Amino acid sequence: MPKYILKRAIMSLITAFLVATMTFFVMNMVPGGPFLAEKAVTPQAQAAMEAKYGLDKPLIKQYTTYMTGLLHGDFGLSIKKRGRTVAQIIAVKFPVSARIGGMALVLAVLTGVPLGAVAAFNRGKFLDNLIIVLSTAGIAIPSFLSSTLLVYVFTTKLHLLPSLGLKDARSYVMPVIALALYPSFYMARLMRSSMLDVMGQDYMRTARAKGVTTFKSIFKHALRNAILPVITYLGPLLASLMTGSFIVEKIFNIPGLGSEFVSCITSRDYPMIMGTTIFLAVFVIVMNLFVDIAYAFVDPRIKLK
Amino acid sequence: MEEIKKNPLSMQVSMEDFMPASGEDKESLVIMRESVGFWKDGIRRFRKNKIAMSAFFLVLLIMIFCFIVPAFYPYKYEQQMKGSERLAPMQYSKVEKAEMEKGEKIFPHLLGTDQNGRDYMIRVLVGGRVSMTVGLVASVLILMIGSVFGAIAGYFGGIIDMIMMRIVDIIYTVPDVLIIILLAQTLKFPLEKLSMLPAFTWMQKLGSNMISMFIVFALLYWVGMARIVRSQIMILKQSEYVTAARALGAGPGRIIFKHLIVNCIGTLIVTTTLQIPSSIFTESFLSFLGLGVQAPMPSLGSLASAALNGFQTYPEKLFAPAFLIFIIILSFNLLGDGLRDAFDPKLKQQ
Amino acid sequence: MAEEFLVNIQEERLSFFTPAGEVKALNNVSIQMKEGEVLGIVGESGSGKSVTAYSIMGLTAQNGKIVGGTVDFNGHAIQNMTEKELRKIRGNEVSIIFQDPMTSLNPVWTIGNQIAEAVSLHTDKKGKAARDRAKELLELVGINEPEKRLKQYPHELSGGMRQRVMIAIALACEPKLLIADEPTTALDVTIQAQILELMQELRKKLGMGIIMITHDLGVVASMCDYIAVMYAGEIVEYGTTDDIFYNPKHEYTKGLLRSIPKFHEKDYSRLVPIDGQPVDLLNPPKGCGFAPRCASCMKICLEVKPEKNYYGGVHYARCLLQQKEDFLKNSGKGEV
Repeated sequence: MPKYILKRAIMSLITAFLVATMTFFVMNMVPGGPFLAEKAVTPQAQAAMEAKYGLDKPLIKQYTTYMTGLLHGDFGLSIKKRGRTVAQIIAVKFPVSARIGGMALVLAVLTGVPLGAVAAFNRGKFLDNLIIVLSTAGIAIPSFLSSTLLVYVFTTKLHLLPSLGLKDARSYVMPVIALALYPSFYMARLMRSSMLDVMGQDYMRTARAKGVTTFKSIFKHALRNAILPVITYLGPLLASLMTGSFIVEKIFNIPGLGSEFVSCITSRDYPMIMGTTIFLAVFVIVMNLFVDIAYAFVDPRIKLK
Repeated sequence: MEEIKKNPLSMQVSMEDFMPASGEDKESLVIMRESVGFWKDGIRRFRKNKIAMSAFFLVLLIMIFCFIVPAFYPYKYEQQMKGSERLAPMQYSKVEKAEMEKGEKIFPHLLGTDQNGRDYMIRVLVGGRVSMTVGLVASVLILMIGSVFGAIAGYFGGIIDMIMMRIVDIIYTVPDVLIIILLAQTLKFPLEKLSMLPAFTWMQKLGSNMISMFIVFALLYWVGMARIVRSQIMILKQSEYVTAARALGAGPGRIIFKHLIVNCIGTLIVTTTLQIPSSIFTESFLSFLGLGVQAPMPSLGSLASAALNGFQTYPEKLFAPAFLIFIIILSFNLLGDGLRDAFDPKLKQQ
Repeated sequence: MAEEFLVNIQEERLSFFTPAGEVKALNNVSIQMKEGEVLGIVGESGSGKSVTAYSIMGLTAQNGKIVGGTVDFNGHAIQNMTEKELRKIRGNEVSIIFQDPMTSLNPVWTIGNQIAEAVSLHTDKKGKAARDRAKELLELVGINEPEKRLKQYPHELSGGMRQRVMIAIALACEPKLLIADEPTTALDVTIQAQILELMQELRKKLGMGIIMITHDLGVVASMCDYIAVMYAGEIVEYGTTDDIFYNPKHEYTKGLLRSIPKFHEKDYSRLVPIDGQPVDLLNPPKGCGFAPRCASCMKICLEVKPEKNYYGGVHYARCLLQQKEDFLKNSGKGEV
């Protein structure tokens, strides 16, 4: 087990390094610096600004400076938001996204997994068909549609929930539901097919031959095997939910990292783009690592691989 | 007596009955099941699947509406009509009403017009065309890169496989949406420059954004395909016909393309079909954030995004493109599921 | 009368109801077996040998239903029992070992857990006591270092070991009957012999009855008291092991015997394969199921289903060739 974790951790480190390097060079391929957009900038002033942010040095020099900074946890200064470091901005924005994402994740798992399992046990019956139809339609709904519909019903028509910002507990309801919708239906489908697969396995027949009760054969023998593909899906899901959904944050006007990332791309705030990308990438990679380790705990076969 | 009761036949049998039966007699007894080929069998199964067939015709219908109908539509997607701004569905502007009184026939604005006086119906259809194009082209690119990469890794195995799959692992862990946004933004400029060159003027027609989207999707999403193809090839390469081909002196290239890829064509079709909706999803998502296809070319995502502000007054402006995305994705998903059930029982988990 | 038999199956008919139609998997199958006996059921895949045995513990697939006859096991009328009632006898009075030990054990639970589960389901031994019993069982099936094995997962054991674990699970409650469904097919040849030896040893020790399902006549020869040869959902020949091996009456049995390699014989007679395909049980033929593949097939065989013909003792076969001989004898004496 420790060997496995170490191996995965080293892989993760390499990936993080590659992402950081790639982001740096890709961004520098973009012609036109961040100061072009500002009109009344004299060439001298621009040169001064570039010198301040180190943009006048050769690319390799900039790269090494930046990477050394990164190793010390220094993401640099934001260009557009004067006087604030990238790390500060992330520290403010990320918890907002992570909180909503975390809640959405819990909601999605708690609805999707049981739905899929229930469908599998009622295979071919009405309940199964209902869940299939719901989940198949559910994963075809773009999040901007579901978000807008939620706002339309709960704010415009029923006046139940606030539509913008994050003022109180009630304002979390809609963004969390909007975020959880797709993964919940996706997991229901995943769980259903995985459960059906497991139910056809020989060891389920062995359990039956032992005289195990239906309840126990489901909870002890089937569920733990069937949940494996769902765990694999949790890695990318966790990352995409916790790092902030760009669309849901835009529609509900949530000051999270997702909306911050989009705005820093359009304003070409280099250090911000670099910082958020690398931060999010590392976050995703760490989450994947956790999921891998969790997987190894659920599936004992993984140790040998 | 007991014996005779048990064998009532022994009473009526004649010598003739105990003559050896001929081969044909025996044949007539065995009802041979019709043996059918892979394609015929798959198509037969697919046709029986009502949901998949409906999805198939729905996809065809959407394609006709998005690719053919705009050519005959009385309005153009970029055509701005003065005085016809912000019309409700089926509403006519003053100018149009005046012309109709003169006896001229005016094609109705089925979904009204936008704030620039452009017919919304044609914009939604063209938006659908853009989304479909991105989905289809990206999926074909993913198919090509993924299957070749996966096949090479799977066929050679060993150290080559290990290195290639580590690359796949790394791309797999990279946060895709971030990189897509980043790359889509950065590729825009070099592509714009490139499209100025005489040999690449065709690129202007598509728009650099769309091309960068193709590239980005192709660069990131092929890994899933590569994994699936690799695992298929690893199984297939053990088959006798591959050994036979190798014994006959066929090179790896020939074996991979002539024998192996051909034999996992079912998997390839299914995976590609299921890739299309996910590419369309991502495209609409990017366009919604204003990072996708450039104006004036509409895309379903950008139309929906633009309609968001006036949503309370003009809900149909949001629902029309959103509903089209829903239908496109749903029908492709159902089509893919149906194809998988019909052609790739191995992929189907029960 | 019926009480003295451990297993008493009378004229059982069992069908699978599939979307394509009713598959008549068993047609009038009768088996009687006393405690401590070993019965071999031989036949090719799809002949109904597994279905027959599974129906003794009500373990057929969801769409399989007993449509006629009675299945009596240890005084229980299986065909009338509910799933809940069946659960009490499964793993307790009757156990089963499956063909593939690789897939028959749950990969995510330890060996100890899976054996202890079987113990605690039907006995008062729970927790530690069940674990101790599991250890005992592992020793019984000849696994060394049982303490260590208990903590291991199925993938950490070899195929032969896993089959021993399966046997340990099956023996957890000292059943009256052990069904072994091709227990050695998925194993290496050397391991096969070991497993068979173990089963024989355990039978002597525990005195349970065994139903051995196999397509390999070699396996049954050494172990079984009686053999039932099945073809297309019917028992085509039944008798003691000696009857079957030294006096086979059915053409299919003869075919099976010809297809066993005989190394000890000097003339090295050729192995003879049985040509052709098994019948389609969706559309069973009118006459004898084996007729299309039978070298001695007669015209009548295509029209008439053969009845049982006894050859002394329990030995019987369903073949019309005997009727031909009888007919010739009778007509030679009577009419000419």
